[in-house]
Amino acid sequence: MRLSLPNLLRAFLLGLLLVFVMAPQTMEPLLRPLAQANAPVIYEQASLLSLTIQHLMTVIAATVAATMVAVGLAIFVSRPVGAEFLPLSRSLVNIGQTFPPVAVLALAVPVVGFGQKPTLIALFLYGLLPIFENTLTGLTSLPRAVIDAARGIGMTGRQSLWQIELPLALPVILAGIRLSVVIGLATATIGSTVAARTLGEVIIAGLQSNNMAFVVQGGLIVGGLAVLIYDFLSALERRAFQRIRS
Amino acid sequence: MIEIDGVSKIYDGKTVVDDVTLTIEPRTITVIVGTSGSGKTTLLRMINRLVELDAGTIRLDGEDNRTIRGYELRRRIGYAIQGHGLFPHQTVAENIGVVPRLIGWGRKRTDDKVRELLSLFQLPPEQFISRYPHELSGGEQQRVGVARALAAEPNVLLMDEPFGALDPIIRSRAQDDLLAIQKHFSTTIILVTHDMNEAFHLADKIAVMDAGRLLQYGTPEELVRNPANGFVEAMIGVSERPFRLLSMGRVAEVVEPGEATGPAIDPGASQQEALAQMLWTGRRAAPVISPEGQVAARITLESIFKRAKGKS
Repeated sequence: MRLSLPNLLRAFLLGLLLVFVMAPQTMEPLLRPLAQANAPVIYEQASLLSLTIQHLMTVIAATVAATMVAVGLAIFVSRPVGAEFLPLSRSLVNIGQTFPPVAVLALAVPVVGFGQKPTLIALFLYGLLPIFENTLTGLTSLPRAVIDAARGIGMTGRQSLWQIELPLALPVILAGIRLSVVIGLATATIGSTVAARTLGEVIIAGLQSNNMAFVVQGGLIVGGLAVLIYDFLSALERRAFQRIRS
Repeated sequence: MIEIDGVSKIYDGKTVVDDVTLTIEPRTITVIVGTSGSGKTTLLRMINRLVELDAGTIRLDGEDNRTIRGYELRRRIGYAIQGHGLFPHQTVAENIGVVPRLIGWGRKRTDDKVRELLSLFQLPPEQFISRYPHELSGGEQQRVGVARALAAEPNVLLMDEPFGALDPIIRSRAQDDLLAIQKHFSTTIILVTHDMNEAFHLADKIAVMDAGRLLQYGTPEELVRNPANGFVEAMIGVSERPFRLLSMGRVAEVVEPGEATGPAIDPGASQQEALAQMLWTGRRAAPVISPEGQVAARITLESIFKRAKGKS
């Protein structure tokens, strides 16, 4: 990797994040002014590292599930057999996006109980739309000559999908996943209101005890993660795009 | 041999191909010409079943094309289209080798074929094999597109306005290349175009279509001398007729013994070229070089006149 300003910033942010998560005590002098005189500065109810890992795992699990369902659905409705289900699936996925995650949490708790599950459900539903819409756009806006050629030289529908259509639509699909992940990272924090173990716990604890140091800790880690992951996925997308430009 | 027998196609109650019957001889180039919306592309696409016909039959060497699965049929028939349709995420070698891979040729055989085709199309393999389509010029992309269509050694090659996106100079070179390639592989080629000059340049036989119907099917000379109706006549171009006849004949066909002065003409040149040279240099006769390199014969304006004459 070249030594450029963006790369230096990335390294700095990653370093800061690691220090915050692995050795939060070293940050105490910096955060001290934000906390009240006798209040604790660093959140110690749970290790920040384990909360970060749990937070990430929740987002990853929800995004993987949303990706599988959304991409699968988009492939289905973009084939001739599934074409008539396009309007129906579009509105279903739209409902997932319109429903606020807080409302989903509130409705899910009575059904599945407190903890990680309602958060997963909320993140999953919220993440469907960007991935579905992007996959559908990617698959339906491919150059006609290319698709015609794939059929014309004798590819089966499946071969055309796997060898031509999906690879060409990949950058657009990745953009949808990136949006979904970043929204999920932020939204997962509210999962802690229903006892999911995420970084939201730190922020909520800070809000409840009027401790700005906690709020900043939780917020910074979530924000830092979001920026770094967004950046990483954008780089993946650019690589995928370079291979297919025509 | 390809037998198209009473074939029709109807889209939403509209007949786009209307009871077309024609037989295409093996190892020839047949050009289907017509205005846009004449059904020529639809007819072409029914041969490899990209479009399913609604009536009639199409037989390839006596075999009804509906007895084979669509994708298997298409692997046996080459297909090249306007705008080449190369896969942008695959290299030139991967693009050309795609059908051999689909039908399970080994790696070695596919590689050899790719190299052979690239050399044949004057694209040095070492230089082109690992390039991506967007790194090629329009003419190079078009050649790779045709190479891909020929990779699995099909007997039949379907081409849908393959040179439509090329500029005139590259286009005429691509047409000459196609003629050479056709000789080399003895492929039966069916080509769709709206360009009459292209049709006369390439065709052994021309099929003229309008509004879904086949108006006339014959050799270029038959079309010029005996057009079936006003539409065919207009497609050929009334003022072009004598020149079309001359462009089809070679100098060797009208040489006569005798002397003439001035620069000599190649016997393989077209009579139109000979006429142009004689007009330009103001001669009534020109010497013709024999294959042995000697001048022993000549071509005269009178013989060209005779050739170019249509009706009396």
